[in-house]
Amino acid sequence: MTNEEIKTYITAHTPEATFDETGEWLTILVESNHLKPLAAVLRGQPMQLDFLFCLTCVDYKTHLTMVYHLTASSNRNINIVLKANVNNADPIIETVSDLWRTAEFLEREVFEMFGVDFLHHPDLRRLILEEDFNGFPLRKDFEDPINMIKL
Amino acid sequence: MYTETEIIKDTTDLGPDGELVINMGPQHPATHGVLHLVVTLNGETIKKIEPHLGYIHRSIEKMCESLTYRQFIYVTSRMDYLSSHINNTACALLVEKGMQIEVPERAKVVRTILNELTRIASHELWIGAMAMDLGAFTPFFYAFREREMITDIMEDTCGARLTMNYIVPGGLMYDIHPDFQTKVKAFVKQFKEKVTEYEDLVTGNVIFQSRTKGVGVLTAEEAISYGCTGPVARASGVRCDIRKIAPYDAYDRVEFDEVIETAGDSFARYMVRVKEMNQSIRIIEQLIDQIPEGDFVGKTKNVLKLAKGEFYQRVETARGELGVYIVSEGATTPYRIKFRSPGFSNLSVLDHIAKGSKIGDLMATMGTLDLVIPDIDR
Repeated sequence: MTNEEIKTYITAHTPEATFDETGEWLTILVESNHLKPLAAVLRGQPMQLDFLFCLTCVDYKTHLTMVYHLTASSNRNINIVLKANVNNADPIIETVSDLWRTAEFLEREVFEMFGVDFLHHPDLRRLILEEDFNGFPLRKDFEDPINMIKL
Repeated sequence: MYTETEIIKDTTDLGPDGELVINMGPQHPATHGVLHLVVTLNGETIKKIEPHLGYIHRSIEKMCESLTYRQFIYVTSRMDYLSSHINNTACALLVEKGMQIEVPERAKVVRTILNELTRIASHELWIGAMAMDLGAFTPFFYAFREREMITDIMEDTCGARLTMNYIVPGGLMYDIHPDFQTKVKAFVKQFKEKVTEYEDLVTGNVIFQSRTKGVGVLTAEEAISYGCTGPVARASGVRCDIRKIAPYDAYDRVEFDEVIETAGDSFARYMVRVKEMNQSIRIIEQLIDQIPEGDFVGKTKNVLKLAKGEFYQRVETARGELGVYIVSEGATTPYRIKFRSPGFSNLSVLDHIAKGSKIGDLMATMGTLDLVIPDIDR
């Protein structure tokens, strides 16, 4: 599938999706409530993007952006970046761990590092940080006066 | 002072259905690092494994946000310390891609040779440690004999034996040692003679085979769904070698086979790594006489600045696919950096493949996943 075909296919399902082709791979930006249905479409036939190789979050100060890097195990030349903005005061997004099992651990990491709440996640607990840790370390406004990690 | 009842818990109280929860790690000889597994057992059968991470979490991603594009590479050597060259390569390639820096051919070839030497050294250490976990002590000494030759080569050329920090944006930090080619050739010769010893000691061993065959079986679909890469996924028949999918450095001009096994058990994962070492030797043999003359580093600006945008670079480490994702705002430091580490995804499958097996088999399953804890925690 070429980028144009992918864009037509996705627009048919999610007309609100916007595209960005300036980067190495095709980037799709959707509203957070459209993310899960679109992810399910990409995971299913005919795209079959069954390999989620990176899941992370970026803090843009005004909002957080969830970033999903997808590819197909049968054709690793198709790479798609899926993005969804969430507000940073009360970030909530639907989990994708039922589509890609690897998301279960990756979402737990984002949950503790950015404070994003994943709806319907099977086991949303802290993975790396201690239970009594305050704040979300990878957010831009996080300051730790004891363990300085800035130069 | 504690009263006696506080210290010694009643061992007859095993919870519902006779479950017993034991903590494996963070100080356990077979985890080779500070990995903490909370294992729920029913008798000797594993019901659930919960990894608790963070004992060596240094927040490398946050640290990198305040380091420049020349500095952040040194931190990445401390992630997967057995593949530090390959981690450095990933970061250098990303900066080169973002700034369109031309890398001299000499640097590309030397990088490829060093990456493959690193892969062999990593697999050597793994074979020794893995066999030791299963009770065989001798392979450890055999494996370290050859690994020592590689670390000596690294010491000559890079000045360090483990965290090399030799690969920089644009090429190499300095030129290779004059003896580099001679020493690598001597290593290749010795390795080819001695590799059969591992086969005799470990591969054909009845105890080793009965402890690994059919243990910790991972199917291809599950390997993909759990995001497994590297030898773990290739042992289940998944083609995922980044050196073939998106060749970098000099991988596009060498011939080698992507090692694939289909059984998906611990023994298949062992076989993939043994065969991969032979393929690495094949790559080194093709390149060692072909190191072009010329510069070892390309022309770069003093201050490196990545253009505004997003960059992603994948490389194949000894453990699988390492991805570096950088969001740049056009400054001298990354705005956000994410390391997609192979160990993190490979660990997430442990609960799934070890469930239902005996606790003794956990050593074989965990050992063949080849977990490096600083790579998982970052």
